[in-house]
Amino acid sequence: MNSIFVYCEITEDGAVADVSLELLSKGRELADTLQTKLEVAVFGSGLSGVESVLFAHGADVLHVADNKCMFPYRTLPHFSVLVHLFEQEHPEIALFGATSIGRDLAPRVASRLSCGLTADCTALEIGNHTESKTGKEYHNLLLQVRPAFGGNIIATIINPETRPQMATVREGVMKRVISRPQNYVGTVKYINVSQCLTDTDNLVEILNREIEACKINIKGARVIVSGGYGMGNKENFSLLHELAALLGGEVGATRAAVDAGLAEHERQIGQTGVTVRPKLYVACGISGAVQHRAGMEESAKIISINTDINAPINAIADYTIIADAKEVVEKMIKELKNGKIIA
Amino acid sequence: MYNNKIFNIVVLAKQVPDTRNVGKDAMKEDGTVNRAALPAIFNPEDLSALEMALTIKDKLLENCKITVITMGPVRAADIIREALYRGADQGVVLSDRKFAGSDTLATSYALALAVKKTGHFDLVIAGRQAIDGDTAQVGPQIAEKLNLPQITYSEEIMNITDTRVRVKRRLERGIEIVEAPFPCLLTVHGSAAPCRARNAKKLMKYKHAKTPSELAEPGTENQSRYSQKPFLNIEEWTADHVNAIPERLGLSGSPTKVKKIENVVLVKKESQNINPNEEGIHLLIRELVNTRVIG
Repeated sequence: MNSIFVYCEITEDGAVADVSLELLSKGRELADTLQTKLEVAVFGSGLSGVESVLFAHGADVLHVADNKCMFPYRTLPHFSVLVHLFEQEHPEIALFGATSIGRDLAPRVASRLSCGLTADCTALEIGNHTESKTGKEYHNLLLQVRPAFGGNIIATIINPETRPQMATVREGVMKRVISRPQNYVGTVKYINVSQCLTDTDNLVEILNREIEACKINIKGARVIVSGGYGMGNKENFSLLHELAALLGGEVGATRAAVDAGLAEHERQIGQTGVTVRPKLYVACGISGAVQHRAGMEESAKIISINTDINAPINAIADYTIIADAKEVVEKMIKELKNGKIIA
Repeated sequence: MYNNKIFNIVVLAKQVPDTRNVGKDAMKEDGTVNRAALPAIFNPEDLSALEMALTIKDKLLENCKITVITMGPVRAADIIREALYRGADQGVVLSDRKFAGSDTLATSYALALAVKKTGHFDLVIAGRQAIDGDTAQVGPQIAEKLNLPQITYSEEIMNITDTRVRVKRRLERGIEIVEAPFPCLLTVHGSAAPCRARNAKKLMKYKHAKTPSELAEPGTENQSRYSQKPFLNIEEWTADHVNAIPERLGLSGSPTKVKKIENVVLVKKESQNINPNEEGIHLLIRELVNTRVIG
């Protein structure tokens, strides 16, 4: 069987993006199941030094495109080089981070190769499929699981006929696993970038970039106090910051709360945000749509504070408090201050 | 600035079920989605795309023409009218049973053909993604099919000259200012300016605008009005009108297949209800400390 490919993203400071290492870890698992190789497309400028971390996370082969025009990311140069690589290597599966880069690049590549692409998968597995009409059997397909239709259903998508089977996955959804010793060395292949590019690949010019380093790290927080649209306003949301600080944690938010301007985009938890697995998750004024739950249901302990006794979040909570979230949070803050249990 | 040359903008829009406000009646007894219970709306980011086109038209006045294309059922003409009320010049409903079951690849194929059929265009603008799928794939796929440079996550047009557009992009951790020559394709991020309200004069002018299918419905009065006022005719194109190859449409043109749809079944955890008074909170915090969840 042909290889599994992961498109690797490079951060502003030249490191490998977390989401790419997570995809590699998942890719390693899939490659072992399929008994095939895991290969990485890593494009950038001045890339030396990224190899060891990629090998440690399971890569067998690296395809390196190291050229000034490959950083910062622009669609067309990356598109041309990746299409060139895929047309040569015919990957079985190709995985991308569901980031502003992956979601820009993957659909254009899928269109050129006329193959299927599933966005924002929450699980990837290998499995078989029998076409109900024709009875045709397919073995070892990539089963791509994602919530759909506003999160009211969970769909399993397959690409039976076209290759590569392409999928994007959000940061934090897959777990990062170091599967090899740090000194493991696999194969490194260098791509001749100028050979892949066409005259029109430089049409889009970057004039200025203002990219901040990631300041908010909710993925690594042990405690997350998260607010939904039900928190109502920014003032109430600031109470969550106070509670989170007392618990030594971070503040998260639902998509509705982020869309309403109550919290920064980096705090969004769920299918289209970050997936978190803290020791304690306090859901305040969150009803718990499946997209949100997809990003937090593996938390060790969940407290749900909600006025609606039927809110779906209550079903996955370890503790439910049926009351106005603002009032309960105020009481928790008071209790923590009085009790001097400060993390 | 255009010396009377018309600057043509094609806006791509989708009518979507309002998945943001899914009420209890939106799910049927058997757990399937009751689409009829969800209001059909103009996809929010496509409205922002329309606004971006309108701001360009504000600058260029008569030298700019905005054509809105939507692919969907016949009733999607609703959003064409909404676009006309806000300042679009003309609309096309791309509708055919052959499109049913299209994934993003088959959709982008049909839409790319429709964009081509409009004739000369300088700019294609679409919302980043539709709220019923959230894939953000159709824009970049149309750009590929039309061989256009793409600028995704556009937030604001910073500058426009007769050959180039400068755009501010909204990324996860910041912004990027990029410039591309025409023709190119932009997808618009939700953080862009919201769309202006309907214009009362335009509402009066276009409220009877109809597609041929709508005109053919029984009870449509005053057919002659439509031959006298050509602007009231919303174009309706089928797969044949855009010369689509049938195999590339609908299910046969879609490489992704739905293997399984599951309803979201919550496995109820054993949960403990906490009294929302001070005593209840006190006991909860103590338990969390004792079980080493916090502290």
